[in-house]
Amino acid sequence: MDLIKLLGVLVVIVGFAIKLEPILIIIVAAIVTAIVGNLGVDGLLETLGSTFVANRGMAIFILIMLVTGTLERNGLKNAASALIGKVKRASAGAVIGAYGIMRGIFAAFNVSFGGVAGFVRPIIMPMAVGAIEASGHVPNEDHVETVKGMASGMENISWFFCQVLFVGGGGALLVQSTLAPLGYDVDLLDLAVVEIPIAIFAVLLGITYYFLKDRKLVKKYYGSDAKKED
Amino acid sequence: MFSMSTPLLALSFFTDPEVTTSAKFLEIMFLAMGLIAIYNGIKNLLDKTNEARIGTAVFWCALGIVMAFGRWIPPLGNGILIIIMTLPAILKQVKVGKTDAPSPEEEKANYDKIGMKIFIPSLTIGLSAIAFALFTDLGALVGIGFGVIISIVILMIYSRKNTPKVFLDDSARLLSIVGPLSMLPMLLASLGAIYTAAGVGNVIADLVGKIIPAGNVNLGIIVFAIGMVLFTMIMGNAFAAITVMTVGIGHPFVLAYGANPVVIGMVALTAGYCGTLMTPMAANFNIVPVAMLEMKDRWGVIKNQVIPALILLVFQIVYMIILK
Repeated sequence: MDLIKLLGVLVVIVGFAIKLEPILIIIVAAIVTAIVGNLGVDGLLETLGSTFVANRGMAIFILIMLVTGTLERNGLKNAASALIGKVKRASAGAVIGAYGIMRGIFAAFNVSFGGVAGFVRPIIMPMAVGAIEASGHVPNEDHVETVKGMASGMENISWFFCQVLFVGGGGALLVQSTLAPLGYDVDLLDLAVVEIPIAIFAVLLGITYYFLKDRKLVKKYYGSDAKKED
Repeated sequence: MFSMSTPLLALSFFTDPEVTTSAKFLEIMFLAMGLIAIYNGIKNLLDKTNEARIGTAVFWCALGIVMAFGRWIPPLGNGILIIIMTLPAILKQVKVGKTDAPSPEEEKANYDKIGMKIFIPSLTIGLSAIAFALFTDLGALVGIGFGVIISIVILMIYSRKNTPKVFLDDSARLLSIVGPLSMLPMLLASLGAIYTAAGVGNVIADLVGKIIPAGNVNLGIIVFAIGMVLFTMIMGNAFAAITVMTVGIGHPFVLAYGANPVVIGMVALTAGYCGTLMTPMAANFNIVPVAMLEMKDRWGVIKNQVIPALILLVFQIVYMIILK
């Protein structure tokens, strides 16, 4: 068996695992695979060149960036923060859940508000901590630590599973270009549609899980009867 | 690398009735994307504050040439240009130069003027992509191109300060921030093609075939999905995992038996995302937030993601088995 042909796969696995520069890993893996697979220098360069050109659609983000930065300049983040600010008198878990829905919907349109650095830290965390205080508690350090983890988790889950709903997103383009040489022709719209039930399930799961987890923590840290009656 | 007939070839491409309208539109979009990349390259070359201006310029210009003119350059020439492009990236000579980021005050002032209406141009691109995919033969990508134009027009109507140069500089700024790593998906797709050309998929298929019996499609789906999760956890990147796993397992053990490639091919990727949620290798998502939110526990994000990730994995495996 031609186990030697797997050398390039090994390069990728080990390379990423020991955190080498990703582009270096890919080029080395390509060269190693070309050597063990007898592609030759020309074969390597020609395959590299023609596939890259065939996949230029994946760089569509360059065109989208033509508006992304200017949207931010014109106050997109401020608008998003005003929108989420409409969530009043909620628990920390509910704030996270509301953010999960908003992030998921906008992810489906390939719109992000700046991730953890740009949105969770300056807007969601103060809202969540404010929610704990509004219910009459002094925020417990361990509780806030978990809320941070849950907010990041909601951020990731909504983004990962809803971004694939954007028709022509990077993930679907990669799947399309991986399947094509194997003889399967798939449509970008179909690739997005097939993910709709999964995206809805993922967001609902995240919301429910973090809401229940937060409620349990509130009981644990502040006692079940400490919550002020509304 | 370039021949004198390149402009003629380009002209004949756009006038050729055999070429679809969609392909012509796409080629115009690639031209625009390439020119944006070249603009960013030249901008950095002239930027004395960029400590790696040559490398940065080489990277963005080489990318821009392949993007804009790749169709008319022979594959060998494109391959050489891509190698040239990756060199400064590997040598860490691609840097962010001077960028004119909007200040919070500017954003606030614009928000006071435009308000919630800013969501309209934000949603235009996605809506346009869906509309084009549903109602035209041009496809989603061309829809994105038109959506970008509509979004630009709306923003220009909102504020006279949004001049073409503002859009161009803002995109160059974001392009510089995402940097060479933004090319990862395209390079991975190319690596996948090289694997296929070298017959890597067959070798993996032979290996896996010794462990799981061929012909059991449900078992194949389970191995494909769990394999995606494990590979993604090791590499920290589901995009890196999907090419080799599809070629080595998805195709020979699942798709070859007639399973639906839309369901299997796509859901395998999002099954891989469950791996992304559980690994410190995906540092951008799981470790960087720990630092940004000043958390005490390095595993604090991952610990809050493991249970949803496992539930989502089971859900997706069942989903693939039902819809295959």
